[in-house]
Amino acid sequence: MENLLFLTIVGGFVAAASAYVGSIMVLKRMSLVGDALSHVALPGIAIALSLNISPILGAFTALTLAVLGIWYLEKNSDNYPEALVGIFFTASLAIGVLITDELDLLEALFGDIEKIGYAEGLVTIIISIIVSFVIYKIINKLIIGVISEELSKAQKININIVNLIYLLAVGVIASLGIKFVGTLLTGALVIIPAVAAKNISRSMKSYFLTSVTFGILSAIIGIPLAYVLSLPVGPIVVITCVIIFIITYLFKKPS
Amino acid sequence: MDKILEIKGLTVKKFHHKIIDDLSFTLYKGETLAVVGPNGAGKTTLFQAITGLTDYEGEVIWAPNLKIGYVPQRFYVDSDLPLTTEEFFKLKNAKNSEIEDALNSVGLLQRVGHIQSPNKHILKNLLGELSGGELQRVIIAWALIGNPDVLLFDEPTSGVDVVGEETIYETLNKLKEKTGMTIVLISHELEIVRKYTSIVLCLNKEKVCYGPPQEVFTKKTLDELFGRGASIYHHEHHH
Repeated sequence: MENLLFLTIVGGFVAAASAYVGSIMVLKRMSLVGDALSHVALPGIAIALSLNISPILGAFTALTLAVLGIWYLEKNSDNYPEALVGIFFTASLAIGVLITDELDLLEALFGDIEKIGYAEGLVTIIISIIVSFVIYKIINKLIIGVISEELSKAQKININIVNLIYLLAVGVIASLGIKFVGTLLTGALVIIPAVAAKNISRSMKSYFLTSVTFGILSAIIGIPLAYVLSLPVGPIVVITCVIIFIITYLFKKPS
Repeated sequence: MDKILEIKGLTVKKFHHKIIDDLSFTLYKGETLAVVGPNGAGKTTLFQAITGLTDYEGEVIWAPNLKIGYVPQRFYVDSDLPLTTEEFFKLKNAKNSEIEDALNSVGLLQRVGHIQSPNKHILKNLLGELSGGELQRVIIAWALIGNPDVLLFDEPTSGVDVVGEETIYETLNKLKEKTGMTIVLISHELEIVRKYTSIVLCLNKEKVCYGPPQEVFTKKTLDELFGRGASIYHHEHHH
C-alpha cells in the first residue's frame, strides 16, 4: 500500500510534466506527431534489451534520434510533412514489434509500473521537475513561435534552438512515461490533458493550469483504480484521461 | 541627418529567380518611407531581407543599437487559441503602463468621462476573437512595446478599417509626430502614400524611382511601375 502511494506520486509528476509539455504540442498542431513519436521508442527498447542495457536508455536514444529528425523536417520544409512522420514512426513500431522478445513485448507496449523501484522513482520525479522548469523558461518564446514565425524572428528569437530544446524535452518526457503506460499509450499522457484543457480554457494561464491538473488527476485516480480492479495501470490511466476529455467536451463553450 | 538604414546592391534570389535585383538606397531618421510596386515586385521580400528573415546578397547596414518593430502582413490567429490580448502583451514582458501607452497610440483606448482605460473587451478577449481591424492595431501596439526606433509596417492586401474610424495611416502619422520614429511601410494605396509619406521607393524587382512622392509620381514612372494607364492625379481634382 505504501508502494502504491509512492507510485501514484511518481505517476502524478510524470503526468503533470507530460501535460505541460503537451499543451504546447497541441498548440503547435503536432498532436499526431507527438503520438506517433512515442512508437519510435519500441525498437530502441528492443535493441537495449538485447544489448543488456537499460530499456529506458534505449527508448530515450531512439526518441532523441526521432526528435532530431522531426526538428530537421520542421526547419527545412515549408509544409510540415506530417504524413511522412506518421508513416516513418508506425513503420518503426512494426519493426520494433518484430525485434522485441515476446516476453518483454507486453511490458514495452503497455508499461509495467510495478517494476519502478524507489531510486528510479526519485530520479523520475527529479527529471520531471527539471524538464518542466526548462519548458517554463522558454514558454513565452514557444508561444510567440506558435502565433507567428515572422514575429518571433523579428523578435530575434532563435526559433530553431527553441524548437530543438522543446522537442528534446518531449523526448525525455515520453521516455519517462513509457514505464507507466508503455510506448503505445505514452503519447496519450502528452496530448489528451492538453486537448481537454483547451476545450474549456479562455486564457493561456488557465490552459496550462487545467492541462497539468487533468494530467495529475488521471494519474492519482487511474493508478489506485487499476490496483483496486487488478487491471493494468497504463490503459486505466489513459481511459481516465479520455473520460476527463469527454466531460470537458460536453462543457465546451460554443465559439 | 542620421542614417538609419543603408542598402547597397541588395539582391534576393528564391529558387534561382531574382526577386530583388541590385537595389540601393539610404533611409534617414524621422522619414516615412513607402515602398510601392505591383504584386510580386518584391516588397515583402525586401522587408524580410532587411529584418534578416531571408538570405540575401549585398549589404544591409542598420544604425547601431537600433530597435525595430515589425508588423507582418499575413497574420492569422486561430479563434480557439487560448491566449488573451493581455497575455499576448505579457509575452513581451510588457508592464501594464506600457500596454496602456501602446494601446493609446493605436487608438484602442476607451474613454469613460475623464478617465482613460484600456478597453477591457480588447484586453480580456481572446486574440483570435478580435476583429480584423482590432487585431491589426493590437499587432502594431505589440510592435510598439519597448519603444522601437523604426516601425516596419506591411499593409494587408485588403483594407481592414471600418468606415468612419480613424484610418491606420492617420494613426501611424500621429505616432510619428509623437515619437519621431522612422516608419517604413508597404502600401498599395498610392493616394495614401502621397498624403502620409515623405519618401517613396518604387520597386519592381529593381528601383524604379526614389524620392518625395510629389516628385517621383510622374506619369512616366507610374506607367513604368504599374503598366500604362495607372494614374492617381485625376483623384485630387474637383472633389
